[in-house]
Amino acid sequence: MSVIINVANLSKTYASGFRALRAVNLEIRQGEIFALLGPNGAGKTTLISIICGIVRPSEGKVTVAGHDIIRDYRAARSLIGLVPQELTTDAFESVWTTVSLSRGLFGKAPNPAHLEKVLRELSLWDKKNNRIITLSGGMKRRLLIAKALSHEPQILFLDEPTAGVDVELRREMWALVRRLRSSGVTIILTTHYIEEAEEMADRVGVINNGEIIVVEDKAELMRKLGRKQLTLQLRQPLGEIPPALQRHRLELANDGSELIYTYDSRAAHGEHDGIVALLDDLTAAGIGFKDLHTTQSSLEDIFVGLLRSGR
Amino acid sequence: MNIHAIRAIYLFEMARTKRTLLQSIVSPVISTSLYFVVFGAAIGSRIPQIDGIGYGSFIVPGLVMLSLLTQSLSNASFGIYFPKFTGTIYELLSAPVSYVEIILSYVGAAATKSILLGAIILATAGLFVPLHIEHPFWMILFLLLTAVTFSLLGFIIGIWADNFEKLQLVPLLIITPLTFLGGSFYSLDMLPPFWQQVSLFNPVVYLISGFRWSFYGIADVAVGVSLGMTMLFLAVCVAVVAWIFKTGYRLKA
Repeated sequence: MSVIINVANLSKTYASGFRALRAVNLEIRQGEIFALLGPNGAGKTTLISIICGIVRPSEGKVTVAGHDIIRDYRAARSLIGLVPQELTTDAFESVWTTVSLSRGLFGKAPNPAHLEKVLRELSLWDKKNNRIITLSGGMKRRLLIAKALSHEPQILFLDEPTAGVDVELRREMWALVRRLRSSGVTIILTTHYIEEAEEMADRVGVINNGEIIVVEDKAELMRKLGRKQLTLQLRQPLGEIPPALQRHRLELANDGSELIYTYDSRAAHGEHDGIVALLDDLTAAGIGFKDLHTTQSSLEDIFVGLLRSGR
Repeated sequence: MNIHAIRAIYLFEMARTKRTLLQSIVSPVISTSLYFVVFGAAIGSRIPQIDGIGYGSFIVPGLVMLSLLTQSLSNASFGIYFPKFTGTIYELLSAPVSYVEIILSYVGAAATKSILLGAIILATAGLFVPLHIEHPFWMILFLLLTAVTFSLLGFIIGIWADNFEKLQLVPLLIITPLTFLGGSFYSLDMLPPFWQQVSLFNPVVYLISGFRWSFYGIADVAVGVSLGMTMLFLAVCVAVVAWIFKTGYRLKA
């Protein structure tokens, strides 16, 4: 897949002295859904704002489809639709007026048929003459998406699209994002809901303290960093791990009544390690268990682990 | 040139004007009528003619200018301040529009509205006093130049202001006194010589003098000087706006 956005060595220091981005390098591929994960204040919005032209970079270079975002800002920006994090709307205007403005701003000739299609897709068509101030929060969120789609962008930025959105609307938005992707639109979404990235993304980037910690294919990331845990509930609590079991790197939990075995899910297990070997050793040591269960780490666990190790 | 963007912003701003048209017309019309009742009929009848013109007629150009200045300022400053206040400015900043296009559309819309109001006030004045326009071309030129210049100034104020108080501050503290002391209600030669000299530092004097000249052929300062000073003021505003966009002042972090 070809690269549609190229961020090279991008840094941003605000006038207050706060360093929001530190030499960020990132490539977004055409047609993918890229999730940018990070805690609050990590630099997600700053990164997006620079690419979209709202914030000026201190250092570095960004190109969008080969167009430099500063020298060739018209070509770069006209490809991009941005859905901001805050519900910022022209409260007193009508839905129709505001989407018409958005389309014009991005240099597109009026096209009522396209606007109708977008509004219908976002279930806003019957509200087209309503003033924005009368819309619910969820409708305003959808309106911001409609504004961004009004000028048929090839790249869509969704900055925390589902913050404060109810479950149903979240599902609807995910469905919409998938439809957009299948129509060829590249989507970059920031979120701190890991499940969102897990559900949607093709690739995931994690940003913390203005630095990109990792960029990886989502499935690859989960395979690479994902861990499985086997928890055994023992018949008799143990005071300590018997020497015969030392090599399995076990942990005791719950006052010794649980034995936890953490293992790498992709490692091939031979005769002398892995679950089978552990169970053999347990039998040999005469340790019985009542029950067992395994868990696989989610993207969330991976994310938390990455942030911890990054600190 | 992103013509579609200019058109879209202009229409969007004019839609706001249309929505608030009644309130934007009613208040200047009422205040102008009040000026005529007080200065024209009540006091004016006891004031002798100035340069052969009845006092009621004499103050018309000044009154039109007064509304033109305040309307241009408030329209343009509000037009750009409000998106900053609500946050919708993100869209303008992320759009493929140049600074020139932003200025053309915002200032164009603000000037259009204030010129419309100026015309309405002129018509209102015509109901009270006899009007005579000697140089219609110059009158329109001064009207246009003033509307554009003060819309630019309003745009600058709108960008500079970071709260509603500041938005009101400049019109209230600077523009209103300058207008009242700019010869709206009197001829400069009615002032003592010292204050005549001081008045020449007031840019509004040149606007009103030039504008009045286009009506009655009388002026406090030569019309060429009036025109020159208006152009100078326009140039200063353009320079400040250019600087604002170049540095991203109060627009971009």
